[in-house]
Amino acid sequence: MLLSMQGISKAFAGVPALKSASLEVEAAEVMALVGQNGAGKSTLIKILTGVYRRDEGSITFDGHDVDFAMPAKAQAAGIATIYQEINLAPQRSVAENIYLSREPKRFGMIDHTAMRRGAEAVLKTFNLAIDVDRPVAHFDAATRQMVAIARAVTQSARLVIMDEPTSSLDEREVAILFETIRTLKRSGVAVIFIGHRLDELYEICDRVTIMRDGQTVAKSPMADMPKMALVRHMLGKELAAFQAIAPEDIALERPVRLELDKAGAGVRVRDVSLAVREGEISGLAGLLGSGRTETARLIFGADKMDRGAIRMQGQDRTYREPADAIADGIGLVSEDRKIDGIVPDMSIRENMTLALLPKLKKAGIVDRARQDEIVSRYIRALGVKCTSPDQPIKELSGGNQQKVLLARWLATDPRVLIVDEPTRGIDIGAKSEILKLLRSLADEGLSVLMISSELEELLAAADRVTVLSDGMSVATLPRKDLSETALLAAMAHQEE
Amino acid sequence: MQPILRLFMVKNTSDLARLGVILALAGLILFGALRYDNFLSPYNILSFLRYNSMFALIALGMAFVIITGGIDLSVGGTAAMASVVAALLSPYHWAAGLVGGMAAGLAVGALNGFIITKMRIQPFIATLATMLAAYGTGLLMANNQSVSVSYDTGFTVIGQDDFLGFPIPAWIALAAYVLGWIVLEKLPIGRHILAIGDGEATAGLMGLKVERALTGVYLASGTLAGLAGVILASQFGAGQPTEGVGWELFAIASVVVGGTLLSGGSGSVGATLAGALLLAMVFNILNFENGLGWISLSAYWQSVIRGAFLLVVVVLQAKLMARHRSA
Repeated sequence: MLLSMQGISKAFAGVPALKSASLEVEAAEVMALVGQNGAGKSTLIKILTGVYRRDEGSITFDGHDVDFAMPAKAQAAGIATIYQEINLAPQRSVAENIYLSREPKRFGMIDHTAMRRGAEAVLKTFNLAIDVDRPVAHFDAATRQMVAIARAVTQSARLVIMDEPTSSLDEREVAILFETIRTLKRSGVAVIFIGHRLDELYEICDRVTIMRDGQTVAKSPMADMPKMALVRHMLGKELAAFQAIAPEDIALERPVRLELDKAGAGVRVRDVSLAVREGEISGLAGLLGSGRTETARLIFGADKMDRGAIRMQGQDRTYREPADAIADGIGLVSEDRKIDGIVPDMSIRENMTLALLPKLKKAGIVDRARQDEIVSRYIRALGVKCTSPDQPIKELSGGNQQKVLLARWLATDPRVLIVDEPTRGIDIGAKSEILKLLRSLADEGLSVLMISSELEELLAAADRVTVLSDGMSVATLPRKDLSETALLAAMAHQEE
Repeated sequence: MQPILRLFMVKNTSDLARLGVILALAGLILFGALRYDNFLSPYNILSFLRYNSMFALIALGMAFVIITGGIDLSVGGTAAMASVVAALLSPYHWAAGLVGGMAAGLAVGALNGFIITKMRIQPFIATLATMLAAYGTGLLMANNQSVSVSYDTGFTVIGQDDFLGFPIPAWIALAAYVLGWIVLEKLPIGRHILAIGDGEATAGLMGLKVERALTGVYLASGTLAGLAGVILASQFGAGQPTEGVGWELFAIASVVVGGTLLSGGSGSVGATLAGALLLAMVFNILNFENGLGWISLSAYWQSVIRGAFLLVVVVLQAKLMARHRSA
């Protein structure tokens, strides 16, 4: 056993992120580490690599008990990490990046010739012949990744951790990366491969460790773990907290309001078609990394669409920036309230009318009377629990913050509202309240596109669900065909 | 275009900017030589080098700071304070003045490094504060007036005498630039400084000792500013607590004209020297133009013209780099 992490626990500000998690890796094997957002994968890795310190548990690496105080110590011990964003110095040359902090020296000065030769030699083992004097920024993502791996190899790493290494690579580049991983394996190096694309995991990994809610829930050889079982382990099952609030069936097919036709952008969104009808909640499901949020950003004009079409009520549209989409009646309540949504120190009143301010102006000044009217109307309509409209939004609970954000968009009178993980970080009671709210908005004619990782939520509230897998829409299930099994099967992308 | 660029060993956009500043410098020298009688006279060349060595020293330190993505606004105040310290110590021994002035600069640099790396204060704010503190300390020590240096201990030799036909300050600056070039291009620490400017967090994850390198850079900048202060006191025969105003801007401008990005991660010692000489040359040419007697430009107008020239050079550089990048 090369690496054994046992009983690892870690809490941040009293909130447990890891609860007795474990991970074991043999030499010369590729271990898949999978789990949903917040499952604890990256916390576990950061504890291993010395970015965080553990609260409890033990780690043995290469037969020794270890507790790395900083990343440099883990590197020195033979654990190299290749982060998602590829940590290299972009303006420095390939050779320098490979040898930075361990430069070959002659008489105290850098031996540029030796460095160049060494870099060329190690890249050659990966069949890569490039000008190593060029700045790293000059090369594409796959090559940069290879440089990062070459750096790890020259550090005589025994274990290489790759955090979503394929997320920004195209198919050809993925093939090159996998060849590199196989080369590493042959030389006895172990790899921890964090990823979400199931096909890739099955192609390159020998075993899999699945995490959920800060715990290790399953370990198995890849071959003994069917896709369906893997997805089920990742998602787990919440208690049936929601009763179904969608009408049993939609008798008539309502007219389509917003349509995405074979849309694509970069490598994250490859081929997505979906339709949101008048007065319905259309769900958007898929594993992490399947392109859900990216699809929402595409509709909203936040990312540029390369291929395909967007149609609003049958007419082709181009949204160059979010302002265009907003003007056309589209709202987006983003996934991370704290980053994209609320302004914590501002009042409920201000947060609620932020998107509306241009329309509230009278002779250049905010019309306070109309602002008051709108704010109090939505506080009442959505049941926001607060002491007054002037209370800072940061004092509200997650659920009430989310209501304020919903109100912000509703006040712009949208035709389509996209909600990305509307119940994340909200307690269970408030969750069903938010869902009911969305339902009643749909009943009044609003089209809602709801992105969610929680199957129960989709099952309870959605009229139909489009499932994404690896940037492609692989299935659209109407209400009558919706079931956990059907969703899981679609997400695992199995045609059965 | 491409073969010509290759002739000048232009490999990337920052090389191109460096080529631009050297060409501009050559052009200005040619212009001056053709237009003014005494432009290439030994007197003009030597006094040009003698006076501008101080700015070249400060620009060198600034180049290292800016390469890490930081800024050092305290260099002018540090030089002023160091000139006072040097003047006060000059009666004891010429070396006391020299070492004392440099030590004063080193102290400010150490303070900057501590505030920036340990207290995690932005370099702009940290060095703004130490700039004010350095000016204040200098004024306090000098009792709010210039402090005469001793002419008996040989202290004035540093700033006023020649060695092998060239001013001693020019030799000092040359030595500093050679040393700076070796550090940046040949020693690991120089490449680490460049990598830190490229991304501090990344550099840390690659196992580089970020805090140590940053502290070192501010120590160097402070010490070089202290050395400039010593030369100031020695050259003009007095510690000048009110000098140094705007020197940091001259230094930043020299570095930027030399093709170093303010965002860090790229830069060259040689081009910084060329940048400093270029800006000084503009002043020199304006003086000659005044001397011709056709026009009379006040110091204020000279400042405006220098600013405009700087703007033109920077804009041209940005355009050149943008075109090269898209090509």
